[in-house]
Amino acid sequence: MIASTCLCVPALAQTKLTMWYHGAGNEVESRTLNQIVSDFNASQSDWAVTIESFPEKSYNDSVAAAALAGNLPDILDVDGPVMPNWAWAGYLQPLPIDESDFADFLPGTKGVWDGKLYSVGLWDAAVALFARQSTLDELGLRTPSLDKPWSREELMAALDAAKASGKYEFALDLGMNDQAEWYSYAFSPFLQSFGGDIVDRSTYKTAEGALNGEAAQAFGKWWQSLFNGGYAPGTSEDPADQQTGFIDGKFAFQWNGNWRAVATMEAVDDVVFLPAPDFGAGNKIGAGSWQFGVSAKSKHPEGAAEFIKFAAQDKYLAAFSDGIGLIPPTPSAAQMTKNYKDGGPLAVFFDLSKAQALVRPVTPGYVVQAKVFTKALADIANGADVADTLDAAVDEIDADIESNGGYGHR
Amino acid sequence: MASKLTLSNRTGWTFALPGFALIVIFIVLPFFFAIGLSLTNQRLLSPNATQFVGLENYRQLLGLGVVTLEPERDDAGEVVRNEAGEIQYPRLREITRSEAYPQYRGMREWFRWQSGENVMVVIASDVVFMKALVNTFLFVLVVAPVQGSLALMLALLINHKVTGINLFRTIYFMPVVVSIVVVSLLWRFIYDGQNGLLNSILQGLTFGLFQPVDWLGNPSTALPAVMAMSIWQAVGFHMVIWLAGLQMISPTLYEAAAIEGASKWQTFRYVTWPGLRNTAVLVLVVITMQGFALFAQIDVMTNGGPLDSTQTLVFQAVERGYGKQDISGGSTISVILFALVLAISLTQRWLTRER
Repeated sequence: MIASTCLCVPALAQTKLTMWYHGAGNEVESRTLNQIVSDFNASQSDWAVTIESFPEKSYNDSVAAAALAGNLPDILDVDGPVMPNWAWAGYLQPLPIDESDFADFLPGTKGVWDGKLYSVGLWDAAVALFARQSTLDELGLRTPSLDKPWSREELMAALDAAKASGKYEFALDLGMNDQAEWYSYAFSPFLQSFGGDIVDRSTYKTAEGALNGEAAQAFGKWWQSLFNGGYAPGTSEDPADQQTGFIDGKFAFQWNGNWRAVATMEAVDDVVFLPAPDFGAGNKIGAGSWQFGVSAKSKHPEGAAEFIKFAAQDKYLAAFSDGIGLIPPTPSAAQMTKNYKDGGPLAVFFDLSKAQALVRPVTPGYVVQAKVFTKALADIANGADVADTLDAAVDEIDADIESNGGYGHR
Repeated sequence: MASKLTLSNRTGWTFALPGFALIVIFIVLPFFFAIGLSLTNQRLLSPNATQFVGLENYRQLLGLGVVTLEPERDDAGEVVRNEAGEIQYPRLREITRSEAYPQYRGMREWFRWQSGENVMVVIASDVVFMKALVNTFLFVLVVAPVQGSLALMLALLINHKVTGINLFRTIYFMPVVVSIVVVSLLWRFIYDGQNGLLNSILQGLTFGLFQPVDWLGNPSTALPAVMAMSIWQAVGFHMVIWLAGLQMISPTLYEAAAIEGASKWQTFRYVTWPGLRNTAVLVLVVITMQGFALFAQIDVMTNGGPLDSTQTLVFQAVERGYGKQDISGGSTISVILFALVLAISLTQRWLTRER
């Protein structure tokens, strides 16, 4: 409703700016964003922003098609790890905003490529192990903390205990059916916690050693054991389980994002959000969610920048967080939210994101690397040979980097 | 004939023009683009200039080789065996990554067989493409005859003037009307390995003896599951084509057959089937082409997995072109697919020609 009213009556003197957004179909998100837009349009007389929403699944394709046709909007919504790809391809221009304006933003919410700030996120996302306090008590498990997370042995002991109790269909739900960005976002931190990575971050020119070294092989064997051992459902899992499986009690533990936190808290009284286990090289989680940037073709980058600065006010950051449970990017906004203020049920995520969150490889090649990583993990889960699969993934990533002239890394 | 068609039929051509124009703009032209792009290294998005690479993309997709692996031997020259008594072979990667064999660089194992003490390994530059090729052929080989004959049987069943026959026609045709994406989503629930409808029914019918199968999660059942669902979904469409063919056969032929005292089978064999000749060709060609275009079911239900057991050519073309931003690779697959379908359709046409 708000959207349609503000689309219809732009003030005459205002210059029109267009914006594309990935969240079509998400009501809470759209309502908050539309509120920001109408507030912005009413707050000054120079600019009038209009939003066009796309379904998330086809958003990136729409942008690629529009870019080829020369039809990009002024303000683009971009997924953090994809940003270097778009910046490198010339879809985005560096933000005409001083980086110091975002000094207290969480590192994962700032999109920096080639030394320049290209995009800023209004939230960060985090992943946690969802569990019930009653389950932990029943199985006699220590509650892990940020300072003292579960070790690999403790995690496996917990899964064994849950499996032995016979009360669950599976001990752990990983959301394996979602073979889009979820795999590299949610599972590459496991690999990093083992000491490997998707690509060698010192040069970004090869995956050799990072994705198939000793640490990665150990990770692969552990990963396969989760499915061989019957701890977690495999790639053919029911898609609905990631939404309701944990709430319905099918799983003792669930590895899920904090965008599901609010809904889960409403349904499960004693839900606790546990930090990622430490597999040897520290406990890691992913970082970097959707962000706003200015398209390279925009004739009014200063207007687009005005809007992004306006949207990055604490009250809006807090509104997004309260609406969908995402992490507010600044400490001051965090204090304004229900869940992330000191002592709030999700407060642990703010510190985790600040201290341990690791953005996915910052390289234009990430888009391809994520696909290769996803397929390798799905294949290993389905029983493929670990060493061969990881080696093949390395070959494919290296060949892609080479055929793209190193993706602009010097 | 030609002059009458081109000159005296202006109105007809005018009516056809919009359709032809759309076909040229959206099918013929893009196809020529695809041929052109398949000879370059065009990316979906990249600041690098596009280069002409000749047949490199085809070599990347179709490259094959055979490697012989000799057993590992210890210092005494004895064959090394593991605890289970199996002969140990060196890892293939030691050959494909070795500087001594630059021609095998980046290739991977497709399949292997034992030959005496040695192992022969067929390696391919693009194993996934090869698997997609095999799966697509398998799909067409199974779906075309099964779907075609099922559709004919349904058409024969509903080609009667009985009260309420329209209800059956509607029921059989219904799956065609529903979007394939929706159908695929629904069948995911049916095939669910934990508490899917299919497993529940089979367990009920066998009084619990049947062990639940993870239909889409098992490499040996995933492709057959997709085939079964695809056959069910489109069988109604071909049923209608058969039905149209059946109703074109002149009733006088059936009357004559009845007077001659032909049995049901003889009527079908000597009246119905010859009368359906052109329909049969059409149905066969259409099912074959649709089978080669298998995509939506894979995209929604399996993503090509598990272990590439449901990879198909079109899914690979899309995955490569958009997913991996390699437009030239995707175009190359499309061109290969076009050549395949054209060759097969021409063969079918030749085999079913008027003799």
